[in-house]
Amino acid sequence: MGKDLTLTKAGIAEELHAQLGFNKREAMEVVQAFFDEIAETLVTNEKVGLSGFGSFELRDKRERPGRNPKTGDIVMVSARRVVTFRSGQKLRNLVDKHVAGS
Amino acid sequence: MNRSDLIERIYNKQRAFTSEKDIALAVGVVIQEMSEVLASGGRVEIRGFGSFSVRRLAPHVGRNPKTGDPVQLNERRIPRFKPGKALREKINKSMHIALEAGQKLGHTS
Repeated sequence: MGKDLTLTKAGIAEELHAQLGFNKREAMEVVQAFFDEIAETLVTNEKVGLSGFGSFELRDKRERPGRNPKTGDIVMVSARRVVTFRSGQKLRNLVDKHVAGS
Repeated sequence: MNRSDLIERIYNKQRAFTSEKDIALAVGVVIQEMSEVLASGGRVEIRGFGSFSVRRLAPHVGRNPKTGDPVQLNERRIPRFKPGKALREKINKSMHIALEAGQKLGHTS
């Protein structure tokens, strides 16, 4: 597999067809639902943990002063809620193994 | 929400007649495909949701935080996620809706 490989919803749906025999419509519906359900859960301020892969967590940030990187002007960055991803141990090991072996 | 909750929610929402067992298998394939692509150094791009990529950390000399001794650290590769614009906006909006409803925020910073 090349380093420039980019997987999209269509590519994942293709695998559901190849590996499980899902038809195109079912495959796309399940892939779409996978990401939609994660997003919908995060919107309710509930974290999502997929063991082995990682977890999506939410953080509330207070208002803070920041800078416009172009002009250097100080501007207030508004209070916000952000999503963060913590990769699971299994995924971290999988991603790092090629370097470790070289 | 964990993996089995996710399977159940997808099952309840889908309009085709896929069994819950097949949804469980499908969730496994989705996670496995994303993991494999990242392991091979590729990316995952889901429009609106976000993208997963691999960040390379160059080999460098770090320090043992306890003793201050220099330690040689090898090159490392770390998975990272960048939320998409639609997801960022939806989540941020959810906080403002909660605020208006009088809920307290769990400030983490």
